[in-house]
Formats: sequence, C-alpha cells, structure tokens
Amino acid sequence: MLTALLVMVGLALLLGLVLGYSALKFKVEGDPLVARIDAILPQTQCGQCGYPGCKPYATAIANGEADINQCPPGGDAGVHALADLLGVEYKPLNAEHGVPKPKSVAVIDEQTCIGCTLCIQACPVDAILGAAKHMHTIIAAECTGCELCLAPCPVDCISMQPLAETPDNWKWRYPVFPIKPVQATLEKAA
Amino acid sequence: MNALVNLAKLFKFNGGVHPPQHKQASTTQPIRVLQANLPLVLPLRQHVGNIPHLRVQVGEHVLKGQLLAEAEGGISAAIHAPTSGTITAIQDALIPHPSGLPDRCVTLQPDGLDEWTALTPIDWQHMEKRAVVASLRQSGIVGLGGAAFPTHIKLRSDGRSGIHTLVINAAECEPYITCDDMVMRERAADILRGIAITQHLLGAERCLIGIEDNKPEAAAALRAACHAADSSAQVIVVPTIYPSGDARRLIHVLTGLEIPSHQRSVDVGVQCFNVATVLAIYRYMSFGEPALSRIVTVTGNVARPGNFEVPLGMPVSALLEAAGGVLEDTSEFIMGGPMMGFSLPSPEVPVTKATNCIIASTPSLFPPAAPAMPCIRCARCADACPVSLQPQELYWFAKSDNFDKARDYKLFDCIECGCCSYVCPSNIPLVQYYRYAKSEIIAQDRAKEAANLARERNDFRLMRIEREKQERALKHAQKAAGAKAEASKIEPGKAEPSKAESGVQHAADPAVNVAASPASAQAEAAKKAAIAAAIARAKAQKAAQAAQNTAAVTPAVAAEMAAIDARRAEAAARAANINKDDVAEAAAATHVADQDSTTSPASAQTVSSVAPNSKEPS
Ligand code: SF4
Ligand code: SF4
Ligand code: SF4
Ligand code: SF4
Repeated sequence: MLTALLVMVGLALLLGLVLGYSALKFKVEGDPLVARIDAILPQTQCGQCGYPGCKPYATAIANGEADINQCPPGGDAGVHALADLLGVEYKPLNAEHGVPKPKSVAVIDEQTCIGCTLCIQACPVDAILGAAKHMHTIIAAECTGCELCLAPCPVDCISMQPLAETPDNWKWRYPVFPIKPVQATLEKAA
Repeated sequence: MNALVNLAKLFKFNGGVHPPQHKQASTTQPIRVLQANLPLVLPLRQHVGNIPHLRVQVGEHVLKGQLLAEAEGGISAAIHAPTSGTITAIQDALIPHPSGLPDRCVTLQPDGLDEWTALTPIDWQHMEKRAVVASLRQSGIVGLGGAAFPTHIKLRSDGRSGIHTLVINAAECEPYITCDDMVMRERAADILRGIAITQHLLGAERCLIGIEDNKPEAAAALRAACHAADSSAQVIVVPTIYPSGDARRLIHVLTGLEIPSHQRSVDVGVQCFNVATVLAIYRYMSFGEPALSRIVTVTGNVARPGNFEVPLGMPVSALLEAAGGVLEDTSEFIMGGPMMGFSLPSPEVPVTKATNCIIASTPSLFPPAAPAMPCIRCARCADACPVSLQPQELYWFAKSDNFDKARDYKLFDCIECGCCSYVCPSNIPLVQYYRYAKSEIIAQDRAKEAANLARERNDFRLMRIEREKQERALKHAQKAAGAKAEASKIEPGKAEPSKAESGVQHAADPAVNVAASPASAQAEAAKKAAIAAAIARAKAQKAAQAAQNTAAVTPAVAAEMAAIDARRAEAAARAANINKDDVAEAAAATHVADQDSTTSPASAQTVSSVAPNSKEPS
C-alpha cells in the first residue's frame, strides 16, 4: 500500500518535472496567431488599416479589436485568407480604409529634391537613400508602394508610378472564350 | 558495329500521342545559309536566367563574333554580334514572346563585310576541364532545342559529377520541326566531334543518341559518322511518339531511369544535350566561334518550306521571304511547333536562340478550336499525360483558382506538352489553364518573397528606432548628470547656440532630435528656419529655371503653371503647419512616458502615422 503510494507520488513528481522542463525548454516564442495573421498581410506597412503597420494590425485582429477587412493592399484575396484562417465569415473590403490599387513604386524627381530627409524618416522599410541637403533616391526593389513618403515631402517631388508589365513579370491570362459571331456576319466579312 | 545492331532494350513512358507529322515538306532541300543584310535586332532576353550586361554603346562599330553583352550572375548567357556593323540603337522592341510585350534589344546595322573579330579556339583536350567549362560562359551557347537554358551551367560538374551517361536528344518529336533532322543529315561528323568534347567534359562513360524512327536518313548519317570516327556513341532509334523529345522522357526511354520530380537528371547520373547544341559546342571549341546563328525550320503556308541557317536577330519576315514568301490565307505565325509553340505578335520580331521553327498558319491548317464543353471526367487526359499527372484534377483546381491544391497535384511537373488538350473529347484548352495557374503561383511566390523582405526591413527599422531612443535617453541622463556637475562653472546659455547649429546640420539624424526635451525649443526653431530656407531656395531655383524656359508660353500653359505653383505653396503651408503641430505634439510626448517619442519633430509623417495609433490603445 505504502509502496504503491510512493511509486505514484514519485511518478507524479517525475512527470511534473519533465513537463515543467519541456514547458521552459520548448516555449513557443511570441503569439503564433499574430505571426500567422502577419504572414497573410502584404507587409506594405502603409497604415491604411488604421494601425501603424501590418504587425500592429495583426495583433489587433488577434485580440478581436479590428475587423479583417481593413487592409486595401491585401485585396479581396487577403480578406478571404484571413477569414479562412480565423474561421469567420468573409466580408468585402471596407472602403473607408481605401481601395486596392495596382502595385506602384515611389519615384523622386531628383532635380527638385532639396534633401530635407523627411521622406527617409517616413519610409517604413528604409527604401530611401540620401543624406541631409543631398539628393535622395528610392531603391525601387525595396519600395512597398505604401505612399507614406508623399505627404511629408515639402516640395512634392515624389510621385507613385505603377509597375509596368514586362516579359519577365507578365502572366498568362485566364482562358476566356470569345462569343462566336453568327454565320451571317462571318460570310459578310469574308 | 554497334551502329548496325541496335540491341539496346527500350523502355516506354506513360501516355503520349501521335499527331500528324508534316515533316516531309521542309526536308526536301538542303539547309540554306542566309546572309545578314538587314538590321539585326538582338533581344537581351534570349535565354533562361538573368539579362546579360551590355558592353557596347550606340554608334560603336563591332566585328562579327564580338561580345555585345556579358553573362551576368549565375544563370545567364552572353550575346555576340552575328556580323560586323554598327550599333544603331539600344531600345525596347518587340520580341518573340507570348506576351507580345517589347523588351530591351540591341540593333546592329550590318556593313556587309562580315568581318570576323580575332577568335581563340580552346585547347579542350589539354586544358583543365573546369577552365574549359568556364570559358563556355563567354560562348553564349544555350540549349538549342527550344528551352534556351545556358549550356555552361549544364556542363559545370565541379570535378565530381558522377555522370555516367550522356544522352543526345535527336528525337525532335514535335510535328513540322525538322531543323535537327537536317543538321544531322548534313553535319553528322561535326556533331560526333561535339559529342566527344561534351563526353570528355562530363566524364561520362557512355553516350546514347536517341532518334525517332521517322528520321531514317539522319540516323543512317549519324551511324556512318560514328563508324568513321570510331566513336563509342550508340545511335538508338526510338519509336515516334510525342513527346519523346522531352529530356526526361527520352532519358526514360533510353535508360529506363525515371527521374523523381524533385530531382534533376544529373542526380541520377545522366545529362542530356540537343544535337544542335553539341554542334555549337564543337564550333566554339575548335574555331572559337560563339553562338551567332541557328538553324530554323520555315514551313506551313509558305511557297518553298525548308531549313535556314539564320544569323540571330534577323526578322522573321525576312526568313519567310527566303522561303518563297507566305501564301494567301495566312492568318498568323507560330513560333515553335503546333503543340507547344505560341503565336507571334508580329512577323517583324527577330529570330532568337530559342527560335527552332516558324509555321505560317492558316485556318485550314490549324482550325480554330471547337468550343470547350464541360469535363466529363473520362480520364483520357490522364492516360495521355507523359508525366503521369491527373490533368482533369489540375484543370479543376486551376479553373477555380485553387492554387495550393494544384501545386499539391504537382502542377509544376507539367511540361505543357499539350497531350491532354490534344486528346480531350471536350476540347478543353487544358494547357492554357495550367499556364495561367503556374504564372499566378509564380507571381504569388514573388509577392510573398517581397513581403518577407519588407517585414524584415520594417522589423529592423523598428529595432533601430528603439535602439536610438535608448541611446538618446542614456546620453540625456549622462548630459544631465554632467550639466549638474558643471552648472556652477559654465553658463547654460553658452551651450545652446552650438547645439542648435548641430541640430540644423543633422536634421536627418534622429539621434539629434531632442524634441522630447522642451529645452531644445531653440534648436527646433532653427531647424524649421533651415527647412523653410531650403524650401525657399528650391523655389527660387525653380523660378530661375522657369524664367529660362517659360519666356513665351501659351496662356493655357501659364494657367497650368500657376495652378501647380498654387499646389506647391499649399503643400509648403501644410508642411509648415505640421511642423508647428509637431512641436506641440513633441512637448506633449514628454509627458506620456511610454508614448513613442521617436516621433521626430522634423518628420511630419511619423506624427501622422502615429497619430491614429495614439487613439487606439486607450
Ligand atoms: S493596410 Fe497597410 S499597414 Fe495595414 S495591414 Fe494592410 S498593408 Fe499592412
Ligand atoms: S521629402 Fe522630398 S525634398 Fe525632402 S528629401 Fe525626400 S524627396 Fe527630397
Ligand atoms: S480528357 Fe477532357 S473531358 Fe476527359 S477527363 Fe480529361 S479534361 Fe475531362
Ligand atoms: S500538358 Fe501537362 S498535364 Fe497535360 S499531358 Fe502534358 S504534362 Fe500532362
């Protein structure tokens, strides 16, 4: 009787130690839900959702403080993905936060730039290069197209230019089938 | 002797189809060599991989074989001048691409002399293999079967390749195309020499030449050449079935080795080259000749179909002219074969390294597809698929944008051979759906990559701002301690102006943005003055410019200019306002301990982006 009790207590202690140790050792860093939501967001970091970046918006969604339809750059596909992940109903994008636009990059008119560095401080991904009182320029490959540098520029020399389609980024179109003209018009044409 | 007795056991891959061949028309005449007499347009994008780096300028005179653009980065190929002449333009022009979009091209006006630059043959037998393969990087040679993958990458063995078999792809399975057939008939001896070089570089023990049984003349020529050269290469005739010319299919037929989907042929010890490619390797090694021309089949609705050796960059229209001109009724031009080719945006596009065939098509040769009907799930497509995929499932997923599922069903193993569309009783253009899905997935993957980069950079920026904030706090604490100690000796007013000045100079440097301390109001004012002065200077500069070029403008333009100036003034006013708000905000920030005081006074934006946030947590 006593042996059995001791064995049980011993086992309980041992398992407790193992569990306690693994809880410390294999601790999951951060909130996995926030990370998963953040992985869906487009990382434009534009703030249109009403939060100062994608991560804060992801945190707000995870805490149930924000709706899933506030990110225009993510588009409808983004809302669908969020709805799938969170197991909630899809809802159309909230137009209050803006409408999706084609992906663009910012371009600085280098003749006009006065080198005030305001745009550098606005850029959420450090994609602007320049020094005080010197011309600034944008690293196009790193620009997310968030438009945050437009407003601070005192001489309005930054503009957004939509990315052009090239043979490199061109996509095959979804097959569509033109409605066939009726025989009569064909004959007329021929 | 091996040439006479074909004892090799052949294997069979799943599916495949037997489309009508139409190969006789273009094999009646020998290959005709075309001279470069028209301006040649050389697209920089002629191969798989990076765009090469331009090495010439407009107006420069170049010799035949001179390097025009150098291979850039890992996978890339060089481009050379196909004849001597002058570079007249470097601009965007139409290229043979299904998108029909223009791309960067070099235009070369031939001088008619066809004068060679100095060529350096490679002593491949005595040089180190690695150096030989490295030299191929300058040759511009790419896979001439149509895939245009840079050849030097495929030969790069790093000295421990373990490749035992070299497979030479002479199958040429697609209907209409006969360029490899004619090359083998006419230049078999040179091909064998190229095979010897390739085999030496790869260190392969054996070489199998796979050729379809619809090319008996070519097979005979190759066998005779093998015999004459006493080569150990085996010419193996394989049954004609489309798409046996696909490298993986041919390797399977010849060796019985099936390459797993996530591996490449080198992983099972086999490497595959097209016949025309080994010929190009031979010409480069023996004569130093880079890739300047290729053989193109011109067939379909033309007067005299045939094969032509064409300098790269020649317009397709000139090629059609050489083939006797197009006949009546021609509706479009197809580059490549009828199964995998695409319609050219215009007959003026240039011939590139990937142009193996031009077909002048008519509605009677290629009748428009009958309307697509719903899929009846007959699974004929699955029976025909040489990769053993489930085309009907892929179609379903691609059609409904279910890209993850499509990927799971190995969409990217699809070689777009078109067998499934060919047999589908419902006339569904299956391959079009797969191409659509593939390019969507590729675009999504790129967007994901860009998002990851943006996340990383944003995280780093936040981390940096946080660090700078801490450093600033530390500096303040030290300064405060120091100031207390020195308060008795130095008057505080003296330190101020110099600080203000440094503030002006480093307005960009957040570390100097001591806005959080109300004591720096002077620095603030100085900074604002400096910005205002800079704006004024920019305006003055603009005005000066305007004075130069707007002396005589129409009233409409003048009105437009006035409107623009008004907008600028408004923007400047706005910026000034924000700056004012800023000071207030910054002052307020000192009281909110945990608020993000990196809100730099010089940055109007940071304030505006933080502002909505400050509402949020409350
Ligand atoms: S709206 Fe902008 S900041 Fe907000 S989640 Fe979307 S991309 Fe990120
Ligand atoms: S905000 Fe405008 S003027 Fe100032 S550095 Fe940037 S581009 Fe130049
Ligand atoms: S062959 Fe056509 S109809 Fe038959 S299962 Fe495949 S896609 Fe469907
Ligand atoms: S196109 Fe793709 S799915 Fe269709 S038969 Fe060829 S490999 Fe199979």
